[in-house]
Amino acid sequence: MLRIWRGVDAKAGRFEIYAVPFEPGQSVLDGLRWIRVNRDPSLAIRFSCINANACKECMIEVDGKTVYACTERLEPRQMTLAPLSNKKLIRDLVSEIAPPAERVTVPAR
Amino acid sequence: MVSGMVSGVGHEPIRLETDVFVIGSGAAGMYAAIEAARAGCRVLLVDRSLIGRGGATVMAQMTVAVAIGAETPDHWRFHYQDTLAAGRGLCHAPLAQLLCEDGPDCIRAMDEWGVGWARKDGRITQAMAPGHDRPRCVYVDFLNTGPAVSKTLRTVVNKTDGIRKIGDLCIVDLLRTDDGVVGAVGFHVGSGAPVSLCAKATILATGGLTRLYRRNSASANMGGDGYALALRAGVPLVDMEFVQFFPIGHLAPRLIGMDPIMWDPFRYKLGGRLLNNRMEEFTANYGVAEDGQYVITRDVGSYAIMKEVAAGRGSPHGGVYLSFQHCPERALRDAFGPVIDRLAANNIDLTKMPVEVAPIAHYHMGGVVTDASMQTTVPGLFAAGEVVGGANGANRLSGNAITEALVFGRRAGRSAAEFAKRMRVQPAGIDVANAALDGVRGSASRSDFNTAAAVQTLQSTMQDDVGPLRNAAGLTRALKTIDRLSNELGDRPSGNGGGGGGFDMQRLDWFDLRNMLLVARAVAAAALNRTETRGAQQREDYPHTAPAWAVNQFIKLSDGGIAVSGAPQAAAQSAAVVP
Repeated sequence: MLRIWRGVDAKAGRFEIYAVPFEPGQSVLDGLRWIRVNRDPSLAIRFSCINANACKECMIEVDGKTVYACTERLEPRQMTLAPLSNKKLIRDLVSEIAPPAERVTVPAR
Repeated sequence: MVSGMVSGVGHEPIRLETDVFVIGSGAAGMYAAIEAARAGCRVLLVDRSLIGRGGATVMAQMTVAVAIGAETPDHWRFHYQDTLAAGRGLCHAPLAQLLCEDGPDCIRAMDEWGVGWARKDGRITQAMAPGHDRPRCVYVDFLNTGPAVSKTLRTVVNKTDGIRKIGDLCIVDLLRTDDGVVGAVGFHVGSGAPVSLCAKATILATGGLTRLYRRNSASANMGGDGYALALRAGVPLVDMEFVQFFPIGHLAPRLIGMDPIMWDPFRYKLGGRLLNNRMEEFTANYGVAEDGQYVITRDVGSYAIMKEVAAGRGSPHGGVYLSFQHCPERALRDAFGPVIDRLAANNIDLTKMPVEVAPIAHYHMGGVVTDASMQTTVPGLFAAGEVVGGANGANRLSGNAITEALVFGRRAGRSAAEFAKRMRVQPAGIDVANAALDGVRGSASRSDFNTAAAVQTLQSTMQDDVGPLRNAAGLTRALKTIDRLSNELGDRPSGNGGGGGGFDMQRLDWFDLRNMLLVARAVAAAALNRTETRGAQQREDYPHTAPAWAVNQFIKLSDGGIAVSGAPQAAAQSAAVVP
């Protein structure tokens, strides 16, 4: 069971619970990718290297601890997944992690 | 200022202008940016992920082939001969020559920038790799070549004046006028805002297409973007049927925290034994007896493993075994240092057990047609790195990918800078930009189409029917699936509808699928048309190499579809096909 934070506003989000098939050895990212394909393609996550702990993009908080989703093991229990609490929220599990010098300035609507 | 919630629909576009515009920040893109900036140009370096973190470079585990002769005397011509031989008669000679001839310079530059090539007694170590006639591959221990190359280039990019970097920028289309390519449009993934870019010269450095396959190495953002961008801008592609499958991608037990191609360095250093489910070595049955050495080339290795599995001699998960059980524990520790501990954390003890391996999509030989200055057939558009087709023909020699990224990146940066400096004013493209921006605005909410599931369906189709072993029935079936998915995709972006904003995953998937389906079609169509076996194209229904097929196939867009030009030599003369 994954309890996942959803929303685009840090003050107005909610947790949603997803049952994910468990196979020993899988990563939390495996579970998140399964949810996107089989339950809800709108779930926002970010990753690039999938499994290699090379891109460092998949940082989230699992049970309050900052981890890489690609190397954190899925466990047969309820795990609580949230975006990084010290970064600006973008959507769901995605927070602003780009170095300031690599950001684009977005004009207001 | 950065605003909070913005909709992709109502957003004013972000407009950017530069001399040289580089799409993709792997080794090729970063090296191109550095060279163009050093030549005095304003450079904009963008990536759909973080700068210098995504793509394939960062995933490279070990080998970089280069004739520096540190281990034994060498000359670029020997490297060139091996590259041509590996390419099975299809290499575009000027590109292969450029790769081999300029390789040493780029490797030395990286050394001066502090990449940290492995050394012994002060001189750079060079490993022997399959297909090479002598030890030629430099590397960074342990399994750290890619991260070290990326980090080194990121540092140089950061120190070089004139380079602006923007991450999380997804390029949707190039802007094409009568003058050539004059920029691009896209959207900022982090906010959903549309973006238009006006550039004097544009460099595609978007990497390959491994994401088209269920089992792949490299990154999730390698969906063939550059091939699709080039095709839609009227630039031909070459050799699209040649997808390299890395024979010994990790299969089981589940291993996290390491890329699946990580067994390659173990084999360079220790040999290792490939075994079927009878625990017998089998590669000799396919013409290559290994005898504890690592000599089998990638095309033959993938073929041998697939055939063993098809004959019922595979491992439980559908691959074969790779064993180092004959190696003393001390030798394993010496060769792999801390990696042994990472394996232990995954409950893998190489002294006690073999692992299961199977072919995995790794690299694309085909790609954008360029000349040896990295200029495409359209003015203003250049290409560098894996996205370029031709240098490696039908099969890439191990170690040539990082070398080509560096060499082609450097050359493309210089050529694009020269081109840009000849243009006094920014090219006019505002009308075409505004028209193209309409295509990247907004999205429709659709419950009938799961974008993530569609990606998975495409990956399975490509793996099963356009993978290491191919036949006409499978390729035809794949083209039908691609047709069906293309119809379901439609021609307007789907997404979360009115909400807009950043990381609208379905919208990102939609644009990815648009490219992936076009590129998948190009690969399958070229594979179906080539009625022979050569290099990475293994046809079960045409198991022999046909001398008359020693020709390249070219792909163009035609009435929205794919047109393949390429035919056996005798027929080609009368068909007057112009690539």
